[in-house]
Amino acid sequence: MTGLHLFSSREKIVVVGAGMAATRFVEELTNRAPDRYDILVIGEEPRLAFNRVLLSSVLAGDLSVDDIELKPRHWWRAAGVSTLSGRKVVGIDAAARRVVLDNGDSVDYSKLLLATGSQAVRLPIEGAGLPGVHTFRDVQDVEALSRLEGRGARAIVIGGGLLGLEAAYGLARRGVDVTLAHVMDRLMERQLDAAAADILRRLVEEKGVRVLLNANTTRIAGSGRVEGIEFADGRTAPADAVIFAVGIRPNADLARQAGLNVGRGAIVDDGLETSEAGVFAIGECAEHRGVCYGLVEPAYEQGRALAMRLAGEEASYCGSVVSTNLKVSGVSVFSAGDYLGQGDARRIVCKDPRMGIYRKLVLRNDRLVGAILVGDTSGAADFLDLIRSGADISAMRDDLMFGAPVQKAA
Amino acid sequence: MLDGILAPAPNENLQADASPIQTTATRSTCPYCGVGCGVLASPGKSVSGDPAHPANFSRLCSKGSALDETLGLDGRLLYPMAHQANGALARVSWDAALDEAADGLRRIIDRHGPDAVAVYLSGQLLTEDYYVANKLMKGFIGSANVDTNSRLCMASTVAGHKRAFGADVVPGCYEDLDQADLIVLVGSNAAWCHPILFQRIMRNKEERAAKVVVIDTRRTATAESADLFLQIAPGADQALFCGLLVHLAKAAACDDDYVRRHTEGLKDALKAAQTIAPSIEATARSTGLREVDIASFFEIFAETPRTVTAFSQGVNQSAQGTDKVNAIINCHLATGRVGKPGASPFSLTGQPNAMGGREVGGLANSLAAHMGFDAESIDRVRRFWNAPRIAKREGLKAVQIFDAVARGDIKALWVVGTNPAASLPNANAARAALAKLELFIVSDNVASNDTINGGAHLLLPAQAWGEKSGTVTNSERRISRQRAFLPAPGETRADWSIFAGVARRMGFEGFDYRSSADVFREHAALSAFENDGSRAFNICGLAKLSDAEYDALEPTQWPIHAGERKGRARLFAEGGFFSKNGRAKFIAPATPGLATPLTKDFPLRLNTGRIRDQWHTMTRTGLSPRLARHLAEPFIEMGASDAGRFGVEDGEFARVATPYGDCVLRAVVTDRQPPGHIFAPIHWTDETAAAARVGGLVAPFLDPFSGQPESKATPAVVTPVRFARQGFVLSRKPMALREGLWWTRVAVAKGFGYRVAGDLQDGDWADIIRAATASDDVIQFIDETRSLLSGAAFVDDRATLIWALAPYAPPWELALELFAREGLARSERLSLLSGRSGRQIANDGPLICSCFGVGQKKIEAAIAQGCRTAPEVGKATRAGSNCGGCRPEIERLIKAFLAVAPSANGMTATQHA
Repeated sequence: MTGLHLFSSREKIVVVGAGMAATRFVEELTNRAPDRYDILVIGEEPRLAFNRVLLSSVLAGDLSVDDIELKPRHWWRAAGVSTLSGRKVVGIDAAARRVVLDNGDSVDYSKLLLATGSQAVRLPIEGAGLPGVHTFRDVQDVEALSRLEGRGARAIVIGGGLLGLEAAYGLARRGVDVTLAHVMDRLMERQLDAAAADILRRLVEEKGVRVLLNANTTRIAGSGRVEGIEFADGRTAPADAVIFAVGIRPNADLARQAGLNVGRGAIVDDGLETSEAGVFAIGECAEHRGVCYGLVEPAYEQGRALAMRLAGEEASYCGSVVSTNLKVSGVSVFSAGDYLGQGDARRIVCKDPRMGIYRKLVLRNDRLVGAILVGDTSGAADFLDLIRSGADISAMRDDLMFGAPVQKAA
Repeated sequence: MLDGILAPAPNENLQADASPIQTTATRSTCPYCGVGCGVLASPGKSVSGDPAHPANFSRLCSKGSALDETLGLDGRLLYPMAHQANGALARVSWDAALDEAADGLRRIIDRHGPDAVAVYLSGQLLTEDYYVANKLMKGFIGSANVDTNSRLCMASTVAGHKRAFGADVVPGCYEDLDQADLIVLVGSNAAWCHPILFQRIMRNKEERAAKVVVIDTRRTATAESADLFLQIAPGADQALFCGLLVHLAKAAACDDDYVRRHTEGLKDALKAAQTIAPSIEATARSTGLREVDIASFFEIFAETPRTVTAFSQGVNQSAQGTDKVNAIINCHLATGRVGKPGASPFSLTGQPNAMGGREVGGLANSLAAHMGFDAESIDRVRRFWNAPRIAKREGLKAVQIFDAVARGDIKALWVVGTNPAASLPNANAARAALAKLELFIVSDNVASNDTINGGAHLLLPAQAWGEKSGTVTNSERRISRQRAFLPAPGETRADWSIFAGVARRMGFEGFDYRSSADVFREHAALSAFENDGSRAFNICGLAKLSDAEYDALEPTQWPIHAGERKGRARLFAEGGFFSKNGRAKFIAPATPGLATPLTKDFPLRLNTGRIRDQWHTMTRTGLSPRLARHLAEPFIEMGASDAGRFGVEDGEFARVATPYGDCVLRAVVTDRQPPGHIFAPIHWTDETAAAARVGGLVAPFLDPFSGQPESKATPAVVTPVRFARQGFVLSRKPMALREGLWWTRVAVAKGFGYRVAGDLQDGDWADIIRAATASDDVIQFIDETRSLLSGAAFVDDRATLIWALAPYAPPWELALELFAREGLARSERLSLLSGRSGRQIANDGPLICSCFGVGQKKIEAAIAQGCRTAPEVGKATRAGSNCGGCRPEIERLIKAFLAVAPSANGMTATQHA
């Protein structure tokens, strides 16, 4: 491991994890302070960091694995960043400022960044470990699911959130007979109100995905491999594959073992620093102000904020206004902020269910606090800006909903 | 006498004249105002002006141009209907209907005498209809309780003509308007109400530099085009014309020779005038006008021999209307300007055939054919009609008839082609009185109106314009044919044939007409019967027309003496009046005043009248989407100071109350209205609006000579009304709107438009919408921050319901356009919600030019581009280049532009670009 000892003249940052948060952080930092740090990125996956958001597009066959590489190898080289792929960090010696790899090597650091991400949750039910039960998290998952294609396979996706919808859509695109089973009474209940979810359900069904709501999975049946699924209300469905898309769990074991404060994730302050000085955490493994984000945007914001701090700029991270973009061809969905708008909020709603369009803005005290856009997401970026800035919109009220030219959804 | 005229074989099932479905255009006459324009019409095609008709020489106004949009059968009464035991009206056969009418009339006459019966007619009936109705009532039932809605319109002129000329004769003709050097318009918004004559006047002004003086209480569209506008106080017209008479005498501007040879009574009239308006100062005091303006008017009148004074409802609809008419005629008699080219007093008639009714004598105070109730006339008509029970005294006039109904004196009423429960003054009382009738017959071509819904027992379906055939007379005494070009729908019949059918069933002889030509020949023969020249109305020359000649009759002015086929354009230039001594009479008018004083509770004067693109109670014009775009809602106009005083906001609503009733109308704050004076249009009824039956507001005070009510000066008060939401609903089907909701129905293409307003909860609005929605394909826009609700329902890709509600009036132009389409694209569905369109269609602002559909914004753009006259705007946009009715409005926009951009010299002006 001679390469690890080449750069001792500059302060050394070790980044654990080579996902989207890590990549954004490195990019931000090398832009802001090109020569200040020696950076080593240690990634568990043998591949270069990829854009997880586009996994569903790979599953759908719209993109190849290579297409979703975040940065090519030469970019890392040009940025002067060292990378170590296919290696797992198994321990942190915070006192010695050193991490230990799974091959027994150790690497010193001056500053350590944990960007270990999260893992997909499998429900603790009978049959969850059967062959043919997948999650939808990694390139390996996508490759396994892609093999279902063309065999008249029947797949059941458990979970009607963003990830489950994308997985179901991707499988449907591959000709798989897909059922989406969701425990709640509507899809994407954390991002959509009932009316929007209803339109989404119809649009998804038009894409060839069968949707079961109020479907609480109690058992995965099969002898030797998946054969079917059972729900609490007695419904059953045959299946050749089951995909769990029921949520994520932060990868915080490493932090926990190192004795850092950990809740669901590694707890960080507004400087993205953990309870251990010099050890930082961003992305899905981090918990900030009690929140573990499961989306890429907060990870990017955290990465940017941390890079700025480490580049010597004034910066702190105060939490993210979450927005969601569902990327299913022909079914654009955007949601941000207080999307329900209950209590004293005032709503502006525009809906054309037959055309699959639902647009809702939530205002409070002349400020935009939330939005749902289904079918026609034009203006989403502007709305997100307004939600984030908290700007007074009274002067633009007339144009708020229809100000942007009415665009044809893709 | 009659034997020579009448054919032997009666057949009451014969549908009037031979059913005429033609492939080439039929020459007919427009059914609207008294100008009586010739039209060319054929089924399924737009109606155009008749180039050969001397009233209009091919021009048509916005209403006439839109006639093709009014020919649908929606709302038509197609079969006889009779009141059933359960209270509902149900279809019956013509036999049953006519029997019921005849038996009912007979029963009431037998029990209560002929004066317990009355017939109330319409200025839109044909002369032949009038004739048979008049003959039936006066000749055979034996009562003169025959009156007509012309009473509300022209009665004061009739009385004034009779007093001055000895007969109801309009001395001049339309060519006078082309040839005059001065045209004085008194109480006439001719630009809107007689647009084709107004265009003749404007052409004269442009080509011959004729001067135009407009005398009106309102700054009307007509006033916009005047060289001198005298915004006179209501009721002060006599004062002005008395002042003029005094001035003419003082200035030695009288035609002493004419006065001496052909008139009498100048001395007394002048004496009275000197009491009323001895000087310009006194005239100014009485009229509220500036002395300098009065002096200008007097001077130009005095020095312009070719002067036409044209007057209309502003003069007639007054408790002193007859005196006003005579005050005007006095000035023309004094200057000898009567019946000379370009010089005459000129009454502009309001209805297409009020004149025909007057000729027939279809009025309570005349017997028939310019004959009154003198013994000689009664005897003559009795012999002509062979009518032993002929009425021997005047009957009750319009308002009096309904008073008599309310008292229970009249027990049988037959209303024909008019809607008195909406149009009479104190119309609420008139409508309430209808419930007392023992027999209430309505002949009409609509199945529902305020009068029918007042409790009609028997509905008789009449043919409408385009289906019926006969003659009408216009304001210049010109008789023109209305010809059928459409088949009579359902079981509709000509009105004359309905009267004749009842007459025969009552056992009366002399009603065996085969055709309208038969009726016309008899009418013409009566006009000539023992007419030694003492009766002005004489169309002897037409009494022997063959059916074919009648059918081909060219527009012809009366009188038409024996052996003539053409009449005379002008009368009285050389005297020859119809008084006993052949002299015209000067009349000393009463001291000017209004019938009712203002009070603390009713401190405003309510004026009523017409608007440009609607006609009467909108049964016809109300069907035209194009016409509805000009002024879609019933409104109340008031000046800014009154609006401020009563807290009324422009564009909001106002409750207008008088001692007789109240209405809720859209408030229009305008400088057209002087302080203290408000104006409401007469067109809306309970069929077309929730609370806009303006007749219910009007005081029933009558002129003592004409019996015409003072419809333009009722004391009133306004209070602001605000609704939480207002907006519109466009529906493919008629909607039933609930009590308590303000609404007005507006004709729209391919459906029914409603403007609505109310304080309903969201859920109640939703209920109304849901009840009208017959589809699951519904789009919606809800803005809780601004209380907006809009949406649309679709069947396939066609919008079947579109609505928008807001705290303010949401624009509907885009919705109208998309509603008219057969299918909408995805983006157009959304633009319905946004009210915006990607390509900026339709949002052309309020419609100004109905003929070419040009909106205000387009005209303003043309003005900003440098157009500085109405003709220039017409060249650029076509606006105003057809009927010209909107030209005053265009000129107003030019003035408004120049006012804000005084330095604008054309191409550089950008304010309105």
